[in-house]
Amino acid sequence: MGMKSLFFLVVSIVWSVRVGAQDMTALVQKVQAKIEQVKDYMAVGTMKTDVSFIKAPVGKVKVYFKKPNRFAIKKEGGISLLPKGGVSINLNSLLTTTNYVALAAGEANVEGVKTKVVKLLPLNENSEIILTTLYIQEAALLVMKAVTSTRENGTYEMVMQYGAYQQYALPDKVIFSFNTKDYKLPKGITLEFEEETKPLSEAEKLKSRKGKVEIMYSAYTINQGVPDAVFVK
Amino acid sequence: MWTLFQIEVYKIFRRPRTYIAFAAITGLIGIIQFGLKLDGDQYVTFMMRDITSSISIEGNILNGYQVCYIVLQVLLVHVPLLIALVAADMVSGEANIGTLRLLLTKPISRDAFLFAKFLATLVYTIVLLIWLAILALFLNMLIFGTDDLFLLKSSYVVLLREQDIFWRYCGAFAFAALAMSTVAALGFLLSLFANNSIGPIVATMSIIVFLTILSTLNIPLFGYIKPYLFTTHMIGWKEFFDIKVNDANEAISGTIQNPDRIVHSAIILFIHIILFLSISIWVFRKKDILS
Repeated sequence: MGMKSLFFLVVSIVWSVRVGAQDMTALVQKVQAKIEQVKDYMAVGTMKTDVSFIKAPVGKVKVYFKKPNRFAIKKEGGISLLPKGGVSINLNSLLTTTNYVALAAGEANVEGVKTKVVKLLPLNENSEIILTTLYIQEAALLVMKAVTSTRENGTYEMVMQYGAYQQYALPDKVIFSFNTKDYKLPKGITLEFEEETKPLSEAEKLKSRKGKVEIMYSAYTINQGVPDAVFVK
Repeated sequence: MWTLFQIEVYKIFRRPRTYIAFAAITGLIGIIQFGLKLDGDQYVTFMMRDITSSISIEGNILNGYQVCYIVLQVLLVHVPLLIALVAADMVSGEANIGTLRLLLTKPISRDAFLFAKFLATLVYTIVLLIWLAILALFLNMLIFGTDDLFLLKSSYVVLLREQDIFWRYCGAFAFAALAMSTVAALGFLLSLFANNSIGPIVATMSIIVFLTILSTLNIPLFGYIKPYLFTTHMIGWKEFFDIKVNDANEAISGTIQNPDRIVHSAIILFIHIILFLSISIWVFRKKDILS
């Protein structure tokens, strides 16, 4: 291959990447515009924590969001267990900034729905989020899945299912997956005398390090105002 | 028999020694409440340090139910020693002050005499546990309020909803009554073998400490005898605070993970009570009363 051919090949790759990136930015901006219809919301629903070392019942929760990125999950008068650091990561918060580069990364099926895969790279060097991969249903302008890698809190995956509130890009169900660490306390502290349980196999250990939080939303109150007090910890 | 029983209960609650256990429990619970009220957050942070590395826990963790669980975990290991103070004194105390021979000159059977004393010991044990429940559960509910209960086990954690807790404490205290009755039966049996109280009290305490250490040690050799030691089963009350999950890993309110373990432990404890009481009757029938 001559120098000329090599030059044209490189130029065409760079050009196609740039064109792809521009296209994806437009798509992301359309999704963003749809999401930005919602200035705030209060939603009621149920939350299920599925972590191998946690035995917890399904609980009723209230979820609050207010622009630009304030997000809170509250359980009335009870104890709630949420993935550390990942609580504030929700779709509305992810797409509040325009300070990113959007790159096309092909197509994929998410639960039977054909989606465009878009990689979002934040331009801010100090951003907590390193990379976000969005799986966007182009026709409906809905994010079906988002995978977010963070500096401090590992990688999170959100899978969304839409229903009655899809015109606002608000999901009926969100499945939030995250990595957990091993949990073990000495039996001397917990005063358990029973025999040792069978040690976990490597596959079981790997599975046990994955946690999930599922939130099923039953109703949203959109753009009716949310008091700042609910976001105070 | 009823009159004998009433007299024995009266005698127990007339002795100053009886109130040492009540004072000790009041003092210990008071100290724990004081410490947790002032510095409870640090204690919770320390206990939760392992789990909070990946999970964020929000809510009133240090509520009355949680404090009660902490108190029971600490105290129910030591309450047997306080029960021994009275149970091991029941017959030996009479022998010590010379009233045993006098009492048995009355037209009452030895069995009725012994049963009345044993039932009175059980009354003391249960009253002590009721006092423990008042201070550890009801007073803590007043001081710290009520909320969900978040418990740390050795390999998993359990979150119980507020409305799913009280009945578990009722079950736990009922089980603790059975466990403490076993200790009372042991102390009562040993009180037949001495003419002063110190020996049976120290012997009961020593046996409990010795067997508890055997129950705690994870040495395979002791694994064969551990299932038969009553001290292994005395912590069965904790089973009330474990919950079943369905295939989707959702905890099912109102369930107990291993109800069969509770029944098994209760049977073992009950067998011990019957065994200790039977030996007591057998020994007392043959006993040459000289004091």
